[in-house]
Formats: sequence, structure tokens, C-alpha cells
Amino acid sequence: MDFNLTEERALLRDMLQRFLSENYSHEERRKLLASGKAYDTSIFKELADLGIFGALFREAEGGLGGAGFDIAVVFEELGRAGVIEPILGNAVLAGGLISELGTGEQKTLIGDVIAGQKILAFAHTEPASRYDLNHVTATAKAGGGQITLSGTKAHVPNGAQADMIVVSAREAGTDWDEKGISLFLVPTDAKGVTIVDHPNVDGTSAATIRFENVVVDEGARLGASGVAFAAIETAVARATLAVCAEAVGAMEAAKALTIEYLKERKQFGIAIGKFQALQHRMADLLIEVEQARSAVINLAGHLEAPRALRERHVSATKNLIGRAGALVAEETVQLHGGIGMTDEYALSHFARRIVMIDHLFGDVDHHLERFISLNAA
Amino acid sequence: MDLSYTPEEEAFRAEVRSFLDEKLPRQLKEKVRLGKRLTKSDMESWHAILNARGWLAPNWPKEYGGAEWDAVQRMIFEEEACLAHAPRIVPFGLSMLAPVLLAFGSEEQRQHYLPRILNGEDWWCQGYSEPGAGSDLAALKTKAVRDGDHYVVNGQKTWTTLGQHANWIFCLVRTDPDAKKQEGISFLLIDMNTPGVTVRPIVLIDGEAEVNEVFFDDVRVPASNLVGEENKGWTYAKYLLTHERTNIAGVGFSNAALATLKHVAASTQSGGKSLDQNPYFAARMAQVEIDLMAMATTNLRVVSAAAKGQAPGAESSMLKIKGTVIRQELSSLLRRAAGPDAMPFLPDYLDGGDNVPAEGPEHAPASAPNYFNMRKLSIFGGSNEIQRTIITKAILEL
Ligand SMILES: Cc1cc2nc3c(=O)[nH]c(=O)nc-3n(C[C@H](O)[C@H](O)[C@H](O)COP(=O)(O)OP(=O)(O)OC[C@H]3O[C@@H](n4cnc5c(N)ncnc54)[C@H](O)[C@@H]3O)c2cc1C
Repeated sequence: MDFNLTEERALLRDMLQRFLSENYSHEERRKLLASGKAYDTSIFKELADLGIFGALFREAEGGLGGAGFDIAVVFEELGRAGVIEPILGNAVLAGGLISELGTGEQKTLIGDVIAGQKILAFAHTEPASRYDLNHVTATAKAGGGQITLSGTKAHVPNGAQADMIVVSAREAGTDWDEKGISLFLVPTDAKGVTIVDHPNVDGTSAATIRFENVVVDEGARLGASGVAFAAIETAVARATLAVCAEAVGAMEAAKALTIEYLKERKQFGIAIGKFQALQHRMADLLIEVEQARSAVINLAGHLEAPRALRERHVSATKNLIGRAGALVAEETVQLHGGIGMTDEYALSHFARRIVMIDHLFGDVDHHLERFISLNAA
Repeated sequence: MDLSYTPEEEAFRAEVRSFLDEKLPRQLKEKVRLGKRLTKSDMESWHAILNARGWLAPNWPKEYGGAEWDAVQRMIFEEEACLAHAPRIVPFGLSMLAPVLLAFGSEEQRQHYLPRILNGEDWWCQGYSEPGAGSDLAALKTKAVRDGDHYVVNGQKTWTTLGQHANWIFCLVRTDPDAKKQEGISFLLIDMNTPGVTVRPIVLIDGEAEVNEVFFDDVRVPASNLVGEENKGWTYAKYLLTHERTNIAGVGFSNAALATLKHVAASTQSGGKSLDQNPYFAARMAQVEIDLMAMATTNLRVVSAAAKGQAPGAESSMLKIKGTVIRQELSSLLRRAAGPDAMPFLPDYLDGGDNVPAEGPEHAPASAPNYFNMRKLSIFGGSNEIQRTIITKAILEL
């Protein structure tokens, strides 16, 4: 067993950590959010130049990593700094799907992603699909060498900032069938595409996207017709790892702020960290954060495992992160008192992101139920 | 033991219900039901409706325009008002300051301030906490120095809820810097339109500026605005806090939230079935309901003891802890019920606009902001940690 990061990954982590601590302050992030912008274009470009996007892709696609531990290392640091730039939907989801299913020509897009020159979005969730990946009602009708797409997609990460959308739609079967789902590459400026942008509670940005008889070429299909489900599940497994690692980074940041505060804040003439009632809770919190870290390691290590084993870890990790996350968010706010609830102070932003991660790709209950049924299968 | 209400109490409940049915404006009810934000005039209009019926001040004596309800009647009213989605009654003037004026104020103060609270001329806020004085409230530093017929006030208060709407603030100020912590504090009423008072909003985790900082810079306050005796303010402050805490149990709020949650869970599809058919979600929902059923009775036990004249002391701490934990859990479940639709932040929609993309169920947009806002319940009014210490000392005698 070796729980140390490879030298390359340790270097990547240190470099990213240094860059973010020097260039990604809470104040700047708040200013950006207040200005209504979804992300900082120059930070985004610098992250690309540092090779962060490249680390999320395999060498075959022009990247330098793409394995579970690469994703975990990068996203933990993004979480620690509260980064809102478009990376998850762009590189992990849409980029991951293209690298899994794309033709040589389609894969040239990955080069643009790695260079920070294009942003991709993955439009899959629908207003009524909740956390079920197989619930797709958007339709794709083939005919005469063309595809006509119709349907509505919700909660598309950075949908409004993207140049190109990977959208799922049904070519066969009924609403819940795993078979019959295909993926298509659609430019955001295609006729019939309407994008409504909105900020999320945690400062990230998402969009509702409507496709009304959007016509694309047959060549826009990613992979074969009707068999995209397995690739979608794989991409979501990778994205789940990403947000779980991000949650660990955010939990570490929230924990560090709280420890500092307990040492510094005085009430009744002494630092509140001297009250045993608070000490023991901080100790429990530390245990949960370590558990969360282990769960992420488990998932990262099984990302390339056969589907049944991998998905068991997806659900186990997401459930545990959801539970530990709620505890950390709620306790760190509580231990701060009023200050912890203010927008001005960074803690409330970490708390928001940690809690909102439970709403991405399935919450604690969803994954508890799924873990049990995966075990039974 | 008899757990049923008397016929008089049942009749009272029916009367409250038909009043709410008739007088609570639809539009206001809708806003509260969906967790939208209320404007100052929303709150004022509801106060005026209650005042017209003589029900705005349940705990005041009749001679000052109160309803003089007993504890059970007050509870019945609160339950029904919450279930009907009535706005909450802003407590600062009505149920915090007024009891202090009734118990310790001069007759002149009562005659002057109480009617103005009822008719809405004055909006009060609470100036207790300071940046350095939170749980350790007696560490407060804002000072008031006597100068002829006036006190000159300098210092800063913080976390003043709805202070942006207020024209008056009741403050704890230090009048004797040399006395022991609790003994040099006075209770002073300050007109916020006096020169030298500055209010600065604080945006909270839910994106709304519900609290404020209030700065006092050589503010001249007439000495007649002192309540009771100089340097005896701590006694009045503690009296006020027990009033503040008994309202925090919030059985009515929890009942209403549970009803909403059940409705949402039944009408939300998740994994091919309704959410209340999901064994894990349903179990959590059932557990909080079971806790609430017992807690409502704990509340009644305390209330009926209080009605017999036994003052609620540390029992109110117990109610505060359990009540806030239940309300927080309900808000957490409602957020989870919204699924991915809990993620968008739609302040325009919450402020009453409807030109925003509100995909998904109607309760979703407020669910996450409300969940985050509910974190305050275990922090303010004496944090839950402080309440545990009170229980440890007063009930357990440890
Ligand atoms: C939304 C909101 C609205 C508010 N409205 C008002 C208002 O209108 N007027 C007003 O005057 N105040 C108001 N308050 C202030 C509130 O009363 C204080 O926030 C509260 O008393 C806690 O003080 P603090 O925030 O300074 O936290 P601190 O006292 O610094 O506490 C930090 C943490 O330490 C814990 N702690 C402190 N002392 C001990 C101890 N001895 N043992 C164990 N744990 C301890 C606390 O429980 C908390 O977890 C409001 C607060 C909030 C958040």
C-alpha cells in the first residue's frame, strides 16, 4: 500500500495550491459574483496554461493524466479555494464523453478544452429526471443524413458560457430505458437553441436549455446510436469523484477557518476553543473529514474498476460525502456564531458549496438506496 | 391527565381559524407559503389587520390594548396562524420591549410607546449584541455618558434584525465603566433618526440583508428614555430574554413546515415513485414528525405549568434547543426534497417577481436559502451551547 501521491501529482497539487492562494482570494471571488459574471476569464486561461485541464485527460487525447487520482488532486484544490470557473461540466463531463466516444475529428475539441480556448457543456438532466441518469425524454429524430433534436435540459453547468453542448436525447425506447439514449454535439448558436442562465446558491452558474427542432448533421452524434448510457454513467462517475474531492477541499478550508476562529475569538475572557463542549465537536468534525478523504481515495482508486465495483464506490462515496458535508457545513457555521452566517466571510461560501454538492449527481438518500440495490444485485 | 382542550379552547380555535380564513390577504398567504421574502409593508399590513381585531398583542393587558390571552390561547393562535401561512409577528416591540416597559417602565413611557407599537407608528429593533459581546453579552462596551438632561452614546451594535426598517432601537449601554460587568449596564431607548446613528446592512448566507450593524457617534438621547433605574439594565435584559426564548420553540412553525414537507414529498417523483415512498426519505420525515409530536407536548407541559403561575426558567432552554433542531431538520428535508431544483439562486423570484426561470416545483427556489437561514435559530437568542449550560446549571445543578 502506498497512500502517497506520485511525484507528478504532488507537484501538480503544490503548483495549483500556490497559484490559487496567490490569485484566488475570497474578496476577488465575491467581487466577481457581485458583478454578475459567471467566472473570471483570465483566471480560467491561467488555469489552462498551468495544465490543469490537461491533467484531467489521458495522454491519448493530448492530456497528461485523466486517472482517478488526477481528478481527485485537482478538484480538492479547486474546492479548497472555492473555484467557480467552468471545469466540471467542461472538462470532466463533456470532455470526458468526447474522449470516451468521439471520433478522431470530434476529439480535436479536447485540444481546445485543454488549451482553455473552448468551453463545453453537458446537457443531460431534465426538469423531471431528478437524479436518474436513465430518464431522458428529449428526442432525436434521424432522417436524410440529419438529426432533429427537441426537449428541455435543466441545471446544465455553465451552459450559457459554453461554445458547444454535448446533449443527450432519445432515439429509441421509452422515458426510463437505458437503451436508446444517444449523445450529440451541438453548437450553442445553432438555430432553435435557447439558453437561460442563472447563478446557483453556491456561486456556480447553470442554465436551462431548450432545443426546439434543432437540426444537426448525422456526424454530430457521439458514438453509435442509442448506446450512450454506459458512457454517461462513466462520465458521471468521474464527475462524482470530482465533486466529492472538491467537497473534501471545501471541508478542509471550512475546518481550518473554524480552528483559527476558535483560537482567536474570546468570550467570557477566554478563547472559545477552550470550552470542552466545542473542542469535542471539533474533534468529531476532524474524524468525519478524514472519513470523507478516505471515501474519496476509495472512489479514485476504483474509477477504472469494472462497472459493478466502480458504481458501488460511487454510491458509497457520494452518500458519505453528503453526510459528512452536512455535518461540517452546519457545525462550522454554528461554532462561528453570527459571523459564520455572513456573506462577507468566506466560511458561508464553503458551507454553501459543500451542501449544494449533495444536490449534484444524487444526494445521500438516492445513493443509500442505490448502494443497497447494487449490493443486492 | 387529560390531553383534550376545553370546549372554550376549541371555540377559540374555531374563531381564530375563521378570522384567518377571512382576513389574511391571499397574496400575503401565498408569499409566506412559498417562503418568499416579505416587504416592510407586507409585515405592517398584517400587523394592522391583527390590531384592528385587537389581537396584535396577545400577551399585553387589556387596558393597554392587548388581548390578555392565557398561554394556551396564545399557543392555539400561533399554531393556527402558522398553518394558515400568516406572516410571523415581528417580536421586537410587541413581545420583547413591551413586557419590559410593562414591568419596569414608567407610566409615562407605557402611555407613550405602547400605543405607537400597536398602531405601527414605531418599528423597534433590538440593540443587545456587539462585535465583542455575543454569548458574553455583559461584555458590551457601547457607553452612555450623562450630560445634563441627556445621555451621550458612543459605540456599535451588531446583528440587529430588521434594523433597516426600524425607527427605534432598545439598547443595552454601559453607564458605569467601573462597576462589575453586569452592574454598570442600563436599558436605553434610542430614536434612530437622531444625528449620529448609522445603520449598515449585513448580507447573510441566504443572500438577504436581514441584519445590520448600528453605529452610535455622539448620539444625544434624552435622559427620560432610560427604562427603570440606571445601572439596573441587566435585570431587565434577562427578563426580556426569557420572553424572547419562549417564542423560539416554534411548534406552530414546525407543524406548518411538516405539512408543507409532506405535501411536497407526496407530489415529488423520485426514481419512479413519489418521494414519500422512498424508505430513507420517508424514515427521516417520520422521525422528525415523531419528535415534533413529543415536543408539542413538552411545550404544552411547560405552557400549562406557566399558566398556573410557575415561571418557565430553564425549561425554555430545553424548548429552544429541541425546537430549533426540529425546525432545522425540517428545512433540511425540504431542501433535499427539491433535489437539483434546490440549486438555482433566484432572488428576483423570491422578492415577488416572476420573470425568472423557475423550473421545477414551486417550493424549490426558497428551499436552500431557507435551509441556510434556519442555521440562525441555534445561534441567536442565546446559542444552543449557552442553553445547554443553563440547563446544566439550573436543572442538573452540575
Ligand atoms: C440572524 C441573526 C439575527 C440576530 N438578531 C439579533 C438582534 O436583533 N439583536 C441582537 O442584539 N442580537 C441579535 N443576534 C445576535 C445573537 O444573539 C448572537 O449572534 C449570539 O448571541 C451569539 O453570539 P456571537 O455571534 O458573538 O457568537 P459567540 O458568542 O462568539 O459564539 C461562537 C460560538 O461559541 C460558542 N460559545 C460561546 N461561549 C460559549 C461557552 N461559554 N460554552 C460553550 N460554547 C460557547 C457559541 O455557542 C458559538 O457556537 C442575531 C444573530 C443572528 C445570527
